[in-house]
Amino acid sequence: MPHDHPHDHSELDDMTARVMALETLLTRKGIVESAALDEIIETYETRVGPRNGAAVVARAWTDPEFRDWLERDATAAIGSMGFTGRQGEHMMAVFNTPERHNMVVCTLCSCYPWSVLGMPPVWYKSMPYRARAVREPRAVLAEFGVTLPEETAVRVWDSTAEMRYLVIPMRPDGTEGMSVDALAGLVTRDSMIGTGLALAPEAA
Amino acid sequence: MNGPHDIGGAHGFGPVAPAAHDGHYHAGAEGWEARAMAITVASGFGGHWTIDESRFAREDRTPLEYHQLGYFGIWLAALTRLLAERGLVTEDELAGGPIRNDTVPPNRCLPAAEVGPMLARGGPVDRDPQGREPVYRPGDVVRTKNLQPRGHTRLPAYARDKVGRIAHVQGFHAFADESAKGDRAAAEWLYTVVFDAGTLWGAVAENPADEVTFDAWEPYLERV
Repeated sequence: MPHDHPHDHSELDDMTARVMALETLLTRKGIVESAALDEIIETYETRVGPRNGAAVVARAWTDPEFRDWLERDATAAIGSMGFTGRQGEHMMAVFNTPERHNMVVCTLCSCYPWSVLGMPPVWYKSMPYRARAVREPRAVLAEFGVTLPEETAVRVWDSTAEMRYLVIPMRPDGTEGMSVDALAGLVTRDSMIGTGLALAPEAA
Repeated sequence: MNGPHDIGGAHGFGPVAPAAHDGHYHAGAEGWEARAMAITVASGFGGHWTIDESRFAREDRTPLEYHQLGYFGIWLAALTRLLAERGLVTEDELAGGPIRNDTVPPNRCLPAAEVGPMLARGGPVDRDPQGREPVYRPGDVVRTKNLQPRGHTRLPAYARDKVGRIAHVQGFHAFADESAKGDRAAAEWLYTVVFDAGTLWGAVAENPADEVTFDAWEPYLERV
Protein backbone atom coordinates (compact mmCIF):
# COMPACT_ATOMS: atom_id res chain seq x y z
CA MET A 1 0.00 0.00 0.00
CA PRO A 2 1.33 3.48 -0.78
CA HIS A 3 0.87 4.65 2.82
CA ASP A 4 3.24 1.96 4.04
CA HIS A 5 6.13 3.64 2.25
CA PRO A 6 7.55 7.06 2.81
CA HIS A 7 6.67 9.25 -0.14
CA ASP A 8 9.66 10.69 -1.88
CA HIS A 9 9.90 14.43 -2.13
CA SER A 10 9.07 14.71 -5.81
CA GLU A 11 5.78 12.86 -5.27
CA LEU A 12 4.93 14.99 -2.27
CA ASP A 13 5.75 18.16 -4.11
CA ASP A 14 3.64 16.98 -6.99
CA MET A 15 0.62 16.38 -4.76
CA THR A 16 1.12 19.69 -2.96
CA ALA A 17 1.27 21.48 -6.29
CA ARG A 18 -1.80 19.67 -7.60
CA VAL A 19 -3.89 20.49 -4.55
CA MET A 20 -2.76 24.12 -4.58
CA ALA A 21 -3.72 24.35 -8.26
CA LEU A 22 -7.13 22.81 -7.53
CA GLU A 23 -7.74 25.22 -4.65
CA THR A 24 -6.80 28.17 -6.85
CA LEU A 25 -9.12 26.98 -9.61
CA LEU A 26 -12.04 26.39 -7.25
CA THR A 27 -11.66 29.73 -5.49
CA ARG A 28 -11.56 31.54 -8.83
CA LYS A 29 -14.68 29.67 -9.90
CA GLY A 30 -16.45 30.67 -6.68
CA ILE A 31 -16.84 27.05 -5.55
CA VAL A 32 -14.77 27.27 -2.35
CA GLU A 33 -13.30 30.06 -0.23
CA SER A 34 -9.79 29.61 1.19
CA ALA A 35 -10.67 31.10 4.58
CA ALA A 36 -13.40 28.47 4.94
CA LEU A 37 -10.88 25.73 4.22
CA ASP A 38 -8.61 27.11 6.97
CA GLU A 39 -11.59 27.09 9.32
CA ILE A 40 -12.52 23.48 8.52
CA ILE A 41 -8.95 22.29 9.12
CA GLU A 42 -8.70 24.32 12.34
CA THR A 43 -12.02 22.91 13.61
CA TYR A 44 -10.79 19.33 13.42
CA GLU A 45 -7.32 20.17 14.72
CA THR A 46 -8.41 22.06 17.81
CA ARG A 47 -12.14 21.91 18.55
CA VAL A 48 -13.71 18.63 17.44
CA GLY A 49 -11.81 15.58 18.64
CA PRO A 50 -11.80 12.68 21.10
CA ARG A 51 -12.06 14.98 24.13
CA ASN A 52 -15.71 15.32 23.13
CA GLY A 53 -16.28 11.59 23.28
CA ALA A 54 -14.28 11.27 26.51
CA ALA A 55 -16.61 13.79 28.18
CA VAL A 56 -19.59 11.70 27.07
CA VAL A 57 -18.05 8.50 28.44
CA ALA A 58 -17.04 10.03 31.79
CA ARG A 59 -20.54 11.39 32.24
CA ALA A 60 -22.04 8.00 31.37
CA TRP A 61 -19.83 6.44 34.08
CA THR A 62 -21.00 8.87 36.74
CA ASP A 63 -24.56 9.89 35.88
CA PRO A 64 -27.00 6.95 35.69
CA GLU A 65 -29.79 9.06 34.19
CA PHE A 66 -27.48 10.26 31.44
CA ARG A 67 -26.30 6.70 30.85
CA ASP A 68 -29.89 5.54 30.37
CA TRP A 69 -30.54 8.41 27.97
CA LEU A 70 -27.37 7.53 26.04
CA GLU A 71 -28.57 3.96 25.74
CA ARG A 72 -32.06 4.99 24.59
CA ASP A 73 -31.21 7.92 22.32
CA ALA A 74 -27.50 8.57 21.92
CA THR A 75 -28.01 11.28 19.29
CA ALA A 76 -30.07 13.39 21.70
CA ALA A 77 -27.97 12.64 24.79
CA ILE A 78 -24.71 13.49 23.03
CA GLY A 79 -26.31 16.47 21.32
CA SER A 80 -27.30 17.84 24.74
CA MET A 81 -23.57 18.22 25.48
CA GLY A 82 -23.13 20.29 22.31
CA PHE A 83 -21.63 17.54 20.17
CA THR A 84 -23.67 17.41 16.99
CA GLY A 85 -23.40 17.47 13.27
CA ARG A 86 -21.26 16.16 10.47
CA GLN A 87 -20.67 12.41 10.71
CA GLY A 88 -22.50 12.24 14.02
CA GLU A 89 -26.05 12.87 12.87
CA HIS A 90 -27.26 9.42 13.94
CA MET A 91 -25.42 8.07 16.97
CA MET A 92 -25.60 4.84 18.90
CA ALA A 93 -23.60 4.16 22.05
CA VAL A 94 -22.50 0.56 22.57
CA PHE A 95 -21.50 -0.42 26.08
CA ASN A 96 -18.64 -2.76 26.88
CA THR A 97 -19.26 -5.31 29.64
CA PRO A 98 -17.32 -8.28 30.99
CA GLU A 99 -19.46 -10.40 28.64
CA ARG A 100 -19.14 -8.32 25.48
CA HIS A 101 -16.46 -6.11 23.95
CA ASN A 102 -17.56 -3.82 21.10
CA MET A 103 -15.30 -2.65 18.29
CA VAL A 104 -16.10 -0.41 15.32
CA VAL A 105 -14.95 -0.51 11.69
CA CYS A 106 -16.10 0.67 8.28
CA THR A 107 -15.08 -2.04 5.82
CA LEU A 108 -16.40 -0.18 2.75
CA CYS A 109 -14.83 3.23 3.36
CA SER A 110 -14.03 5.11 6.56
CA CYS A 111 -17.28 6.01 8.38
CA TYR A 112 -16.42 7.30 11.85
CA PRO A 113 -18.18 9.47 14.46
CA TRP A 114 -16.46 12.79 13.73
CA SER A 115 -18.66 14.80 16.11
CA VAL A 116 -17.31 12.92 19.14
CA LEU A 117 -13.93 11.58 17.95
CA GLY A 118 -12.84 14.07 15.28
CA MET A 119 -11.13 12.79 12.17
CA PRO A 120 -10.22 9.10 12.01
CA PRO A 121 -6.58 8.07 12.39
CA VAL A 122 -4.77 6.75 9.32
CA TRP A 123 -4.89 3.15 10.57
CA TYR A 124 -8.71 3.24 10.86
CA LYS A 125 -8.92 4.15 7.16
CA SER A 126 -6.25 1.64 6.14
CA MET A 127 -6.81 -1.53 4.14
CA PRO A 128 -5.41 -3.84 6.85
CA TYR A 129 -7.83 -2.59 9.51
CA ARG A 130 -10.82 -2.53 7.16
CA ALA A 131 -10.08 -6.02 5.86
CA ARG A 132 -9.21 -7.72 9.12
CA ALA A 133 -11.37 -6.19 11.88
CA VAL A 134 -14.43 -8.21 10.86
CA ARG A 135 -12.61 -11.50 10.26
CA GLU A 136 -10.03 -11.59 13.04
CA PRO A 137 -10.81 -8.90 15.60
CA ARG A 138 -8.80 -10.63 18.32
CA ALA A 139 -5.66 -10.72 16.19
CA VAL A 140 -6.18 -7.04 15.38
CA LEU A 141 -6.72 -6.22 19.05
CA ALA A 142 -3.46 -7.97 19.88
CA GLU A 143 -1.68 -5.52 17.58
CA PHE A 144 -3.12 -2.76 19.77
CA GLY A 145 -1.84 -4.55 22.86
CA VAL A 146 -5.31 -5.69 23.92
CA THR A 147 -5.98 -9.31 24.90
CA LEU A 148 -9.50 -10.17 25.98
CA PRO A 149 -10.53 -13.17 28.04
CA GLU A 150 -11.97 -15.97 25.86
CA GLU A 151 -15.27 -15.65 27.70
CA THR A 152 -15.63 -12.02 26.59
CA ALA A 153 -17.42 -12.14 23.23
CA VAL A 154 -16.37 -9.60 20.62
CA ARG A 155 -19.03 -7.80 18.60
CA VAL A 156 -17.63 -5.88 15.62
CA TRP A 157 -19.87 -3.11 14.26
CA ASP A 158 -19.40 -2.52 10.53
CA SER A 159 -20.62 1.05 9.88
CA THR A 160 -22.24 0.46 6.50
CA ALA A 161 -24.95 3.17 6.72
CA GLU A 162 -25.17 6.58 8.42
CA MET A 163 -25.35 5.19 11.98
CA ARG A 164 -22.19 6.13 13.85
CA TYR A 165 -21.07 4.06 16.82
CA LEU A 166 -19.38 5.24 20.01
CA VAL A 167 -17.97 2.51 22.24
CA ILE A 168 -18.44 3.16 25.96
CA PRO A 169 -15.48 1.37 27.54
CA MET A 170 -15.75 -0.22 30.96
CA ARG A 171 -14.88 2.06 33.86
CA PRO A 172 -11.50 0.99 35.24
CA ASP A 173 -11.20 -0.36 38.76
CA GLY A 174 -9.84 1.96 41.41
CA THR A 175 -11.55 5.08 40.05
CA GLU A 176 -14.18 5.49 42.77
CA GLY A 177 -14.47 9.09 43.82
CA MET A 178 -12.57 10.50 40.85
CA SER A 179 -13.99 13.66 39.30
CA VAL A 180 -15.69 13.57 35.93
CA ASP A 181 -12.81 15.55 34.43
CA ALA A 182 -10.21 13.16 35.87
CA LEU A 183 -12.19 10.19 34.57
CA ALA A 184 -12.34 11.73 31.09
CA GLY A 185 -8.56 11.73 31.15
CA LEU A 186 -8.64 7.92 31.27
CA VAL A 187 -10.75 7.66 28.12
CA THR A 188 -8.54 7.24 25.07
CA ARG A 189 -9.66 7.63 21.48
CA ASP A 190 -8.95 3.95 20.83
CA SER A 191 -11.06 2.89 23.82
CA MET A 192 -14.03 4.60 22.12
CA ILE A 193 -13.34 2.79 18.82
CA GLY A 194 -12.98 -0.46 20.74
CA THR A 195 -9.34 -1.08 19.84
CA GLY A 196 -8.26 -0.07 23.33
CA LEU A 197 -9.41 -0.08 26.94
CA ALA A 198 -9.80 2.88 29.27
CA LEU A 199 -6.56 3.61 31.12
CA ALA A 200 -5.98 2.51 34.69
CA PRO A 201 -5.68 5.57 36.95
CA GLU A 202 -1.99 4.98 37.65
CA ALA A 203 -1.27 4.82 33.90
CA ALA A 204 -3.02 8.07 32.98
CA MET B 1 -20.53 -2.64 -7.12
CA ASN B 2 -18.11 -5.49 -6.57
CA GLY B 3 -15.36 -2.93 -6.35
CA PRO B 4 -11.88 -2.59 -4.87
CA HIS B 5 -13.26 -0.91 -1.75
CA ASP B 6 -15.23 -3.96 -0.58
CA ILE B 7 -12.44 -5.66 1.38
CA GLY B 8 -14.07 -6.84 4.61
CA GLY B 9 -12.54 -10.26 5.35
CA ALA B 10 -9.89 -10.05 2.62
CA HIS B 11 -6.50 -11.63 3.24
CA GLY B 12 -3.07 -10.31 2.41
CA PHE B 13 -3.11 -6.70 3.64
CA GLY B 14 -0.59 -7.24 6.41
CA PRO B 15 -0.45 -5.76 9.90
CA VAL B 16 -2.42 -2.70 11.04
CA ALA B 17 0.67 -1.15 12.68
CA PRO B 18 -1.40 1.42 14.59
CA ALA B 19 1.49 3.23 16.26
CA ALA B 20 3.02 4.10 12.89
CA HIS B 21 -0.31 5.35 11.49
CA ASP B 22 -1.84 7.24 14.39
CA GLY B 23 -2.27 10.71 12.86
CA HIS B 24 -5.15 12.12 10.82
CA TYR B 25 -2.90 12.44 7.79
CA HIS B 26 0.00 10.43 6.42
CA ALA B 27 3.33 11.49 7.86
CA GLY B 28 4.98 13.98 5.55
CA ALA B 29 1.78 14.64 3.59
CA GLU B 30 -0.13 16.58 6.24
CA GLY B 31 -0.21 19.81 4.27
CA TRP B 32 -1.88 18.69 1.08
CA GLU B 33 -4.01 16.02 2.73
CA ALA B 34 -5.55 18.54 5.14
CA ARG B 35 -6.21 20.88 2.23
CA ALA B 36 -7.74 18.04 0.19
CA MET B 37 -10.02 17.14 3.09
CA ALA B 38 -11.19 20.73 3.52
CA ILE B 39 -11.70 21.33 -0.23
CA THR B 40 -13.83 18.18 -0.38
CA VAL B 41 -15.95 19.14 2.64
CA ALA B 42 -16.42 22.72 1.42
CA SER B 43 -17.28 21.65 -2.15
CA GLY B 44 -19.90 19.24 -0.79
CA PHE B 45 -21.66 22.20 0.80
CA GLY B 46 -22.74 23.22 -2.72
CA GLY B 47 -25.23 20.35 -2.74
CA HIS B 48 -24.42 19.20 -6.27
CA TRP B 49 -24.08 15.58 -5.14
CA THR B 50 -25.17 13.34 -2.27
CA ILE B 51 -22.75 11.66 0.11
CA ASP B 52 -23.56 8.38 -1.63
CA GLU B 53 -22.71 9.82 -5.04
CA SER B 54 -19.36 10.89 -3.62
CA ARG B 55 -18.77 7.42 -2.14
CA PHE B 56 -19.52 5.84 -5.51
CA ALA B 57 -17.16 8.26 -7.25
CA ARG B 58 -14.44 7.10 -4.86
CA GLU B 59 -14.96 3.35 -5.23
CA ASP B 60 -15.77 3.18 -8.95
CA ARG B 61 -12.14 2.62 -9.99
CA THR B 62 -9.80 -0.13 -11.03
CA PRO B 63 -8.25 -1.99 -8.10
CA LEU B 64 -4.82 -0.77 -9.17
CA GLU B 65 -5.90 2.86 -9.13
CA TYR B 66 -7.82 2.49 -5.86
CA HIS B 67 -4.84 1.05 -4.04
CA GLN B 68 -2.24 3.33 -5.60
CA LEU B 69 -4.01 6.63 -5.07
CA GLY B 70 -4.03 6.46 -1.28
CA TYR B 71 -6.84 7.71 0.91
CA PHE B 72 -6.91 11.42 0.14
CA GLY B 73 -5.77 10.78 -3.40
CA ILE B 74 -9.04 8.89 -3.84
CA TRP B 75 -10.95 11.82 -2.34
CA LEU B 76 -9.35 14.20 -4.83
CA ALA B 77 -9.97 11.90 -7.78
CA ALA B 78 -13.65 11.58 -6.80
CA LEU B 79 -14.03 15.31 -6.20
CA THR B 80 -12.60 16.30 -9.56
CA ARG B 81 -14.75 13.67 -11.30
CA LEU B 82 -17.91 15.02 -9.63
CA LEU B 83 -17.02 18.65 -10.36
CA ALA B 84 -16.43 17.84 -14.03
CA GLU B 85 -19.49 15.59 -14.36
CA ARG B 86 -21.71 18.35 -12.95
CA GLY B 87 -20.18 20.89 -15.34
CA LEU B 88 -18.85 23.08 -12.52
CA VAL B 89 -15.37 22.84 -14.02
CA THR B 90 -14.03 21.43 -17.27
CA GLU B 91 -11.36 18.77 -17.72
CA ASP B 92 -9.29 21.42 -19.48
CA GLU B 93 -9.52 23.75 -16.49
CA LEU B 94 -8.49 20.87 -14.20
CA ALA B 95 -5.50 20.27 -16.47
CA GLY B 96 -4.41 23.88 -16.04
CA GLY B 97 -6.16 25.41 -19.05
CA PRO B 98 -7.64 28.92 -19.07
CA ILE B 99 -10.57 29.56 -16.76
CA ARG B 100 -13.89 29.70 -18.58
CA ASN B 101 -16.98 31.69 -17.72
CA ASP B 102 -19.55 29.37 -19.27
CA THR B 103 -19.48 26.57 -16.67
CA VAL B 104 -22.34 25.70 -14.34
CA PRO B 105 -22.33 28.15 -11.42
CA PRO B 106 -22.18 26.62 -7.92
CA ASN B 107 -25.42 26.59 -5.94
CA ARG B 108 -23.57 28.24 -3.07
CA CYS B 109 -20.09 28.78 -1.70
CA LEU B 110 -19.32 28.11 1.96
CA PRO B 111 -18.13 31.28 3.73
CA ALA B 112 -15.71 30.94 6.66
CA ALA B 113 -18.31 32.23 9.10
CA GLU B 114 -20.69 29.44 8.08
CA VAL B 115 -18.23 26.60 8.68
CA GLY B 116 -19.06 26.13 12.37
CA PRO B 117 -22.84 26.15 11.91
CA MET B 118 -22.59 23.94 8.79
CA LEU B 119 -20.49 21.29 10.55
CA ALA B 120 -22.72 21.44 13.64
CA ARG B 121 -25.83 20.89 11.49
CA GLY B 122 -24.39 18.06 9.45
CA GLY B 123 -26.65 16.25 7.04
CA PRO B 124 -29.22 14.06 8.81
CA VAL B 125 -30.58 11.28 6.59
CA ASP B 126 -33.64 10.26 8.60
CA ARG B 127 -36.87 10.75 6.67
CA ASP B 128 -40.60 10.70 7.43
CA PRO B 129 -41.81 7.11 6.96
CA GLN B 130 -45.29 8.48 6.19
CA GLY B 131 -46.98 5.58 7.89
CA ARG B 132 -44.69 2.85 6.58
CA GLU B 133 -43.93 0.40 9.35
CA PRO B 134 -40.72 -1.61 9.61
CA VAL B 135 -41.26 -5.15 8.36
CA TYR B 136 -38.81 -6.66 10.87
CA ARG B 137 -38.53 -6.52 14.64
CA PRO B 138 -35.55 -7.11 16.91
CA GLY B 139 -34.93 -10.84 17.19
CA ASP B 140 -36.35 -11.69 13.75
CA VAL B 141 -34.19 -14.09 11.75
CA VAL B 142 -33.36 -12.75 8.30
CA ARG B 143 -31.26 -13.71 5.31
CA THR B 144 -29.37 -11.08 3.36
CA LYS B 145 -30.08 -11.16 -0.36
CA ASN B 146 -27.40 -12.07 -2.85
CA LEU B 147 -27.46 -8.66 -4.51
CA GLN B 148 -24.73 -7.95 -7.09
CA PRO B 149 -25.50 -4.48 -8.45
CA ARG B 150 -23.09 -2.68 -10.78
CA GLY B 151 -23.96 0.54 -8.97
CA HIS B 152 -23.36 1.62 -5.38
CA THR B 153 -24.46 -0.60 -2.52
CA ARG B 154 -23.65 -0.83 1.15
CA LEU B 155 -24.23 -4.57 1.34
CA PRO B 156 -20.66 -5.88 1.65
CA ALA B 157 -19.71 -9.04 -0.22
CA TYR B 158 -18.92 -10.89 3.01
CA ALA B 159 -22.47 -10.27 4.29
CA ARG B 160 -24.42 -11.45 1.23
CA ASP B 161 -26.67 -14.52 1.37
CA LYS B 162 -26.06 -14.98 5.09
CA VAL B 163 -28.49 -15.71 7.91
CA GLY B 164 -28.49 -13.30 10.83
CA ARG B 165 -30.93 -11.64 13.16
CA ILE B 166 -32.27 -8.14 13.63
CA ALA B 167 -30.57 -6.46 16.58
CA HIS B 168 -31.97 -2.93 16.21
CA VAL B 169 -34.44 -0.97 14.12
CA GLN B 170 -32.45 2.21 13.52
CA GLY B 171 -34.85 4.47 11.67
CA PHE B 172 -36.21 5.34 8.25
CA HIS B 173 -33.15 6.54 6.37
CA ALA B 174 -32.21 7.74 2.89
CA PHE B 175 -31.42 4.62 0.87
CA ALA B 176 -27.77 4.68 -0.21
CA ASP B 177 -28.21 2.51 -3.31
CA GLU B 178 -30.70 5.00 -4.79
CA SER B 179 -29.15 8.13 -3.29
CA ALA B 180 -25.95 7.21 -5.15
CA LYS B 181 -27.92 7.65 -8.39
CA GLY B 182 -29.02 11.11 -7.31
CA ASP B 183 -32.45 10.11 -5.94
CA ARG B 184 -32.81 12.26 -2.83
CA ALA B 185 -36.30 11.00 -1.98
CA ALA B 186 -35.71 7.24 -1.73
CA ALA B 187 -35.70 6.01 1.87
CA GLU B 188 -36.14 2.67 3.62
CA TRP B 189 -36.19 1.23 7.11
CA LEU B 190 -32.68 0.63 8.36
CA TYR B 191 -31.72 -2.24 10.67
CA THR B 192 -28.64 -3.45 12.46
CA VAL B 193 -28.25 -7.12 11.57
CA VAL B 194 -26.02 -9.35 13.68
CA PHE B 195 -24.24 -12.46 12.40
CA ASP B 196 -22.39 -15.14 14.31
CA ALA B 197 -18.71 -15.08 13.34
CA GLY B 198 -18.99 -18.74 12.31
CA THR B 199 -21.72 -17.89 9.78
CA LEU B 200 -19.36 -15.47 8.04
CA TRP B 201 -15.97 -17.11 8.42
CA GLY B 202 -16.76 -20.79 8.89
CA ALA B 203 -14.41 -23.04 10.77
CA VAL B 204 -11.63 -20.44 10.93
CA ALA B 205 -13.67 -17.94 12.94
CA GLU B 206 -11.56 -16.86 15.91
CA ASN B 207 -14.25 -17.54 18.48
CA PRO B 208 -17.71 -19.00 17.83
CA ALA B 209 -19.30 -16.60 20.33
CA ASP B 210 -18.01 -13.52 18.47
CA GLU B 211 -20.35 -11.50 16.28
CA VAL B 212 -20.28 -9.01 13.42
CA THR B 213 -23.03 -6.50 12.77
CA PHE B 214 -23.75 -4.38 9.73
CA ASP B 215 -26.46 -1.87 8.91
CA ALA B 216 -28.94 -3.03 6.28
CA TRP B 217 -31.79 -1.26 4.56
CA GLU B 218 -34.95 -3.33 4.23
CA PRO B 219 -34.43 -4.17 0.52
CA TYR B 220 -31.23 -6.04 1.49
CA LEU B 221 -33.18 -8.51 3.63
CA GLU B 222 -35.66 -11.34 3.38
CA ARG B 223 -37.39 -13.32 6.08
CA VAL B 224 -36.16 -16.82 6.80
